[in-house]
Amino acid sequence: MTLLDHVPSEAQRRRSAYRHRQTVHSVVVAACSTAALGTLLVVAVTGAPGWDRVRQSFLDPEIARDALPAVLSGLWLNVRLLVCCAVGALLLGLVIAVLRTLRGPVFFPVRALAAGYTYTFRGLPLIIVLYLLTLGVPGLRLQGMPPVLVLGGAALVLTYGGYLAEVFRAGIESVHPSQLAAARSLGLTYRQTMRHVVLPQAVRRVAPPLLNDVVALQKDVGLVSLAGPIDAVRAAQIATAQSFNYTPYVVAGVLFVLLAIPLIAVTDWVTLRAARRQSGG
Amino acid sequence: MELLRCRGLRKEFAGQVVLDQLDLTVSEHQVVALIGASGSGKSTLLRCVNLLEELDDGTIELDGEDISDPRVDPDRVRRRIGMVFQAYNLFPHLSVLENVTLAPRRVHRRARAEAEAQARELLDRVGLGARADAYPDRLSGGQQQRVAIVRALANSPRLMLLDEVTSALDPELVGEVLAMIRDLKADGMTMVLATHEMSFAREVADQVCFLDQGRVVESGPPEQVLGEPTQPRTRQFLHRIIEAGRL
Repeated sequence: MTLLDHVPSEAQRRRSAYRHRQTVHSVVVAACSTAALGTLLVVAVTGAPGWDRVRQSFLDPEIARDALPAVLSGLWLNVRLLVCCAVGALLLGLVIAVLRTLRGPVFFPVRALAAGYTYTFRGLPLIIVLYLLTLGVPGLRLQGMPPVLVLGGAALVLTYGGYLAEVFRAGIESVHPSQLAAARSLGLTYRQTMRHVVLPQAVRRVAPPLLNDVVALQKDVGLVSLAGPIDAVRAAQIATAQSFNYTPYVVAGVLFVLLAIPLIAVTDWVTLRAARRQSGG
Repeated sequence: MELLRCRGLRKEFAGQVVLDQLDLTVSEHQVVALIGASGSGKSTLLRCVNLLEELDDGTIELDGEDISDPRVDPDRVRRRIGMVFQAYNLFPHLSVLENVTLAPRRVHRRARAEAEAQARELLDRVGLGARADAYPDRLSGGQQQRVAIVRALANSPRLMLLDEVTSALDPELVGEVLAMIRDLKADGMTMVLATHEMSFAREVADQVCFLDQGRVVESGPPEQVLGEPTQPRTRQFLHRIIEAGRL
């Protein structure tokens, strides 16, 4: 009630009016500078000597329409592979990170193996892992060999699992030792302390960088096409070879960006929420 | 009956001796206050008793059992000891109720409903029943510390270790935590508390121990140690406290 009854003083009214004028001023300036820069870019690109040829070979609407179904069906493969690989890599990363924190002499080989894994697969280029798994492993001619797509997915999981493990480990180490002391003082075992006290806090804290790595994974998923499966990039390549026009690549690029936007938006939202929670505490 | 007996405790950190030939005996239902300057070893002593630190020498017996024997399972020992920290150390991702029921459910394998009923009863008793579903960062320091005490009590401990539990609190919130400790004493809880609240130590403790450089320099009834100290170092310490206006 008092809030509504309050009559602002003369000084406050003058301050409010000034702030209002400042806001209007800022918006006008922003609009002008955006328009100026946009015009400049359009003039520079369309005025370039080779613009007409570039437009014909990269931005042909008819070819884009023809290539779209094939590129879209390729993209569907990317999406399915992304979901499976993201889940697989997150799980693998979490397991490796927890293994690296185990204490006691019994677990020395486990710790060493986990550390060796993260060193190896963070250092090894993804393309080499892909070739080794999709070309080398089938060469063994074992019984019940999984299809190339699964092997390609495994290469992605192995490589990204190494990165995600380090992100998880950073999160685990960021939980303050006093939290461990409190949990242990209640009689919780090491495993219970990890499960109920450390990991929930660690995962929340590193959610933004984890999602960021998933966004990166989304792009690298297309590399399985090197081993044969037809994803969006490969479909665009085939369409390009048929029409001698690069427009299908642009179509695939636009689709990749559209696919990434929701994921990036979620990442930003999670980051913002984490930041707000920390400052609110 | 003796509940806790520490003999010849020694603890070093990076070449510095923090506990030095320290002896301490606590009987059942007794409240022992540890006083002394920062760095005198009060917190380290409590952490050693709870097996959060490894001893460099000496033995600790709880209920006649040598708990400093490395073959003893430390988790089993800690279930019998409740510990409360200066900085509360509540779990920020768990609600008040979940903080209190974590140990009963995971350590003692109680059913969820049973553990929650017990926790609500304990919280009600200290006037925090209405905040059971709040998260720790929504509570005042005094409320957080009371939750931390309730969390330790939910394990039905034989012994409570309180490590400067009011040092992080605003002055007007200290009273509510001290009142809770007073109630615990009335219920017969055995406690060892490190404290800077001399008047509280005088009121609630059966025995006051003055620690200096990792040793118990003087110990006895509060009137004697705080009123007529015999050791020069105790006198010096109390003199500084009086000058700071804390007694």
